[in-house]
Amino acid sequence: MSAAAPLETEALARRLRRHVVRMCASGKSSHVGSGLSLADIMAVLYGQVLRVDPADPAWPDRDRFILSKGHAGACVYAALAERGFMPLSVLETHYRNGSVLSGHVNHKGVPGVEVSTGSLGHGLGVGTGMALQLRRMGGRQRVYVALSDGECDEGSNWEAALFAAHHRLSNLCAVIDYNKLQALTSIADTLGLEPFADKWRAFGWSVAELDGHDHAALKAAFAAAALDDRPTCVIAHTVKGRGVSFMENQVLWHYRAPAGEELAAALAELDLADQEAAMETADA
Amino acid sequence: MRDSFIRALTDLAAEDPRVMLVSGDLGFSVLDDFIARFPDAYVNAGVAEQNMTAVACGMALTGARAYTYSIANFPTLRCLEQLRNDVCYHRADVTVVAVGGGFSYGQLGMSHFATEDLAILRALPEMTVVAPSDPWQAYVLTCQMHARGGPGYLRLDKGQAGLAPGPVTLGRVRTVRDGDDAVIFAVGGILSEALGAAELLAAEGVGVRVVEVHTLKPFDVEGVRAAARACPYVLTLEEHSIVGGLGGAVAEACLEGGVAPRGFSRIGLRDLYPSEVGDQAHLRAHYGLDRHAAAARLRAMLDGHAVRALESERNLVGA
Repeated sequence: MSAAAPLETEALARRLRRHVVRMCASGKSSHVGSGLSLADIMAVLYGQVLRVDPADPAWPDRDRFILSKGHAGACVYAALAERGFMPLSVLETHYRNGSVLSGHVNHKGVPGVEVSTGSLGHGLGVGTGMALQLRRMGGRQRVYVALSDGECDEGSNWEAALFAAHHRLSNLCAVIDYNKLQALTSIADTLGLEPFADKWRAFGWSVAELDGHDHAALKAAFAAAALDDRPTCVIAHTVKGRGVSFMENQVLWHYRAPAGEELAAALAELDLADQEAAMETADA
Repeated sequence: MRDSFIRALTDLAAEDPRVMLVSGDLGFSVLDDFIARFPDAYVNAGVAEQNMTAVACGMALTGARAYTYSIANFPTLRCLEQLRNDVCYHRADVTVVAVGGGFSYGQLGMSHFATEDLAILRALPEMTVVAPSDPWQAYVLTCQMHARGGPGYLRLDKGQAGLAPGPVTLGRVRTVRDGDDAVIFAVGGILSEALGAAELLAAEGVGVRVVEVHTLKPFDVEGVRAAARACPYVLTLEEHSIVGGLGGAVAEACLEGGVAPRGFSRIGLRDLYPSEVGDQAHLRAHYGLDRHAAAARLRAMLDGHAVRALESERNLVGA
């Protein structure tokens, strides 16, 4: 068993965005904005960072990924399908009666999903336990947990943050999709998180703060995290709804499923982005 | 019982390197021997039960056989959703150990009374729920739970039945005294009061069977029905709320099995938060859970005025 070959992440991210939009449209599901926000992080993780083997999802030497912000499940399912854990056609069943792809990420019947989530504030603690056990067993595997910013309101995250730093779980990396919006309004108008990076530093974590849509920055941060002797928190500044102009920074798209002209317009924007990228590649 | 549990866990850890004990900053002096022998199999999660449970779950999903350890409701209700979503839904091999079942920490106040835990934990799919009645039994059932694998809940209390060691099987009721006039089903250390009530009634010529239900889940439906068929009057006794605990489980098993006792009554806390201060024996007596209360209820049942007796007890407790 060995890790799958790397994928080119920019193109992967564009495919993930199209999957997320189509899945949310066909399933009439919420959280399209959350999936778009996370797409670059997922593309970098599943494209190049995570050592996983789609042919053997239970490969003991695999890295672990937990989506703690379980409502962005569509993006994980899309990444797993693109990575080869399941056929792309399964994505069409998202949210449908009898499907295994529930809106909040589910491990039952979905190869590659380590942990089911949906209630916020669960993933980091479970990931912390995984990191501790992997270290006890002398393994080199790493554990990645993706959280939302609003999720950091949950006190359980800070229990885990204390524990992971105390035990210097250097094989643990939290990634926070910091798009500045939570369920009803902005983070700033709900429970402000700033100074956010300082909070994690004060808890004893190494912190990388970056543009969560900048693949080179994400790759560099994950590479640095692997060399750090503390757990790392990657604070990824993102834009909710990224890639579809009329969804960007709009709380509405935490709830609304694109349909009709909106769907066509969203896919047109994403296709245009793909064509521009192809032209840039050709030019270069 | 907690000493017996930790002795069992120490023996299990000697055989099974996957054993991992995660404490919620409790167990002063109790865990010392385990920690000394297996320092790498122990971690103190601090006063953070949500994380304690999540960490144990993460470790279990990565190959450990994890035990969480704390007092009363801290490792259960404080982190109930971690048990439900993380441990049980993923069938993680985590056994939750709570010391201080019922009124064990009587003087410490209602925060330290585990009096709804059995009902709540019993409602979780995948969860095994066990409450032993004697220290030797805590040892045996810990080992049997380990063999079965988690998720599990082991409720330990300070009371004890005082019975000699005998055969015990996880998931099977145990008849500890014979009799055909009535049966008392009991769970946990309060089994001693069921035996005491049977003794009191024996002196009056009433033969009371006493059946221990140490495993509330999986529930021994057939074992309960068999005893209820044999004895026309059924009483349940638990140091726990009457809502959703042993009494409810026995009633469900009987009625769904077509077993309709001539009389049926439950002894437990009647939907209230105990605020009386005192030791376990005092609180059992105060809230009508001791041998005298159990004997009185059975007498009333046999005399055909149990319902009236129950009403007066309720008023007494509510006053």
